[in-house]
Amino acid sequence: MKRKKRLNDNIKGWLYLLPALLFLGAFMVYPLIDVFVYSFEEGYHSASQTYLGIGAYNYSYVLHDPYFLQALQNTFLLVIITVPLSTVIAIAVSVGLNSIKALRDFFQTVYFLPYVTNTLAVGLVFMILFRKTPYSDGFINLIIRFFGGSSVDFIEGPYWAKMFVLCFYTIWVVMPFKILILTSALSSVNQDYYKAAKVDGTSRWRTFIKITLPMISPMVFYLIITGFIGAFKAYSDVVALFGTNLNAAGMNTIVGYVYDMLYGDSGGYPSYASAAAILLFVIVLTITCINLLGSKKHVHY
Amino acid sequence: MDFQKIEKQTRIKNGILRSVTCLFLGIWGLIVLFPFYWMILTSVKSYGAYNSEYIPKFFTLSPTFENYREAFTAVPLGKYLLNTAFFTLCTTALMLVAVTLAAFAFARLQFKGKKIAFVGFLSLMMIPNELVVITNFVTITNLDMRNTFQGLIFPSVMSVFYIYLLKENFEQIPDSLYRAAKVDGTSDFKYLVKVMIPMSKPTLVTITILKVIECWNSYVWPRLITDNPSYYLVSNGIQEIRENGFGRENVPAMMAAVVVISVPLIFLFLAFRRKIMDGVSRGGTKG
Repeated sequence: MKRKKRLNDNIKGWLYLLPALLFLGAFMVYPLIDVFVYSFEEGYHSASQTYLGIGAYNYSYVLHDPYFLQALQNTFLLVIITVPLSTVIAIAVSVGLNSIKALRDFFQTVYFLPYVTNTLAVGLVFMILFRKTPYSDGFINLIIRFFGGSSVDFIEGPYWAKMFVLCFYTIWVVMPFKILILTSALSSVNQDYYKAAKVDGTSRWRTFIKITLPMISPMVFYLIITGFIGAFKAYSDVVALFGTNLNAAGMNTIVGYVYDMLYGDSGGYPSYASAAAILLFVIVLTITCINLLGSKKHVHY
Repeated sequence: MDFQKIEKQTRIKNGILRSVTCLFLGIWGLIVLFPFYWMILTSVKSYGAYNSEYIPKFFTLSPTFENYREAFTAVPLGKYLLNTAFFTLCTTALMLVAVTLAAFAFARLQFKGKKIAFVGFLSLMMIPNELVVITNFVTITNLDMRNTFQGLIFPSVMSVFYIYLLKENFEQIPDSLYRAAKVDGTSDFKYLVKVMIPMSKPTLVTITILKVIECWNSYVWPRLITDNPSYYLVSNGIQEIRENGFGRENVPAMMAAVVVISVPLIFLFLAFRRKIMDGVSRGGTKG
C-alpha cells in the first residue's frame, strides 16, 4: 500500500515536470549535444543531410575566414570599449541619483526607458540621427559642425565612425539595467558608515573610494560579468544600425557571423555556424573564468 | 568668525556639487529621451517638409498624421502587430503553464530524482541561446514548420530562470497550509490552483511582463524562421520596412512605424513601472 503510494508520487512529480521537460529537451538539451556533433562533421550537406568525415576542419575553416576574423575584431573592440565605459558611467549616474531626493523617481523612470524599447526600432532612430545623406547632414553632424568640426557619415563612412555609433548605441541600450542594479545596491548600503565618515571629516572622494565602492563591489562585479557576456553576443543592435548585410558593411559580430553562416544569402552551412558558435562559447567562458579569478582579489562580500 | 566662514564655504561647495550632479543627471536624461523626441517629431513631419530640410529643424509648426496612415496602408504594419500580439500571447501562456507546474513540482512534491532534475534545470540557465539556435533552426526546417506560428512559438517558450524564481516564491508559502489541505483531502492540483497561484500572483505578474517584453522584442529567432512577410513580427517588420519599405525612402513614415511599435511597451512600462523594475533587478538581462 505504502509502496504503491510512493510510486504514484514519483509518477506525479515527473508528470508535473513533463511540459517543461518536453520543451527543454527538444529545444535546449538535444540542440546542445547536436551542435557539438555538427561542428565536427566535415563537408555536411544540408539538403541530403550527409557528411564526409569527422574532424576539426570546420574550426580551421572558420578561424581562417577573413569575415570571421573581422567579426572577431569588431566584437572584441566593442567589448573592450563598452563594458568599462558603461560601467563607469552607470556608477556615476547611480551615485548622482542616490545623492538627490527631488526628481529621483522621475529620473529613474526616464533612465529605464531604453530597456523596454524595441532594439531594432530605436536603432533606426539612431541611424537617422547619425547618418549623412546628400540631402541632409543629419542631426549629429549639425552639432559637430556647430562646434567647428567637419561632418562624417557615421553609418556608411569610415570604420572608426561606425564603431563609435555602435558603441554609443550599445551603451545607451545597456545602461538601464546597470543603473537599476547599482541604485538598488547603493540604497542598501548601511548609512552608519557614512555617518561615521562624516564625523571623522572624511572627504567625499575618500568616502566614495573607501566605503561606497567596496560596499557595492559585488554588484559592480556582477555587472562586469554580465556586461562582458552581453557585449560578446551583440547582434541585433548592429543590425539595427547597419542593416542585415553586415559582412558588406564590415561591421559583423561573432553572433552575426553564426547566423549568416546558417541562413540567408551566404547561409546553408550549419557546420561552420556550429564551430563559430562553440568558439564564441569558449571565448565567453574563458573571459568569465578570468573575471571570477580576478574578483577574488578585489571584491568584498 | 572662523567657524562661520568655514560653514559658508561648505555651503557653497555643497551647492556647486549639487548643481553639477543635477546637470550631469539632466544630460544623461536628455541623451536617453532625445531619440524618442526625434522619432515622434519626425513622424509628424510631412514627407516634403522632411526632405527639404537640409538642416533638420527641432520642431514643426504643421504636424501631420499622414505618415501614420501611410505606415498602416503602404506596408502591412497592422499585420505585423497582430502577428506579434498573437505570438506573445501564445508563448507567454504556454510558458506560464509549463513554468507553474514545474515550479510546483520542485517546491512541494516529493519524488525520486527531484534533486538531480533541479540541478539539471539550473545548469541549463548557463547555456547561451546562440549554441542551441543552430540545431533548432535545422529541426524546425526539417519538420517543415518554417513560416508557421508553431515554429515561431515552441522554441521560444521556456525560460528556466522563471522556474527558479517561481519555485523560490512557492517555497515561502507556509508548509502548514499544504498539510492542512492534505488533511482535508484536497488534491495537489486543486491546492496549486486555489492556494498557491493566488498567493504568488505578484511574482506571476512579474514573470508575465518580463516574458511579454522579451517576446515583443525578439528578433533573431523570427528572422531565421520566417521569410514570408505575412508571418513577420514587429522587429522583422521594421527591418523589412527599412530595407524595402515604402518604394522610396520615406523616413517620416518609417518613424511613424517605429512610434507605433514602441508605444505598447512604453505604456505597459508606465503602468507596471514598479513591478517591471523589481522583476528586472531580480534577474532580467537584456539579451
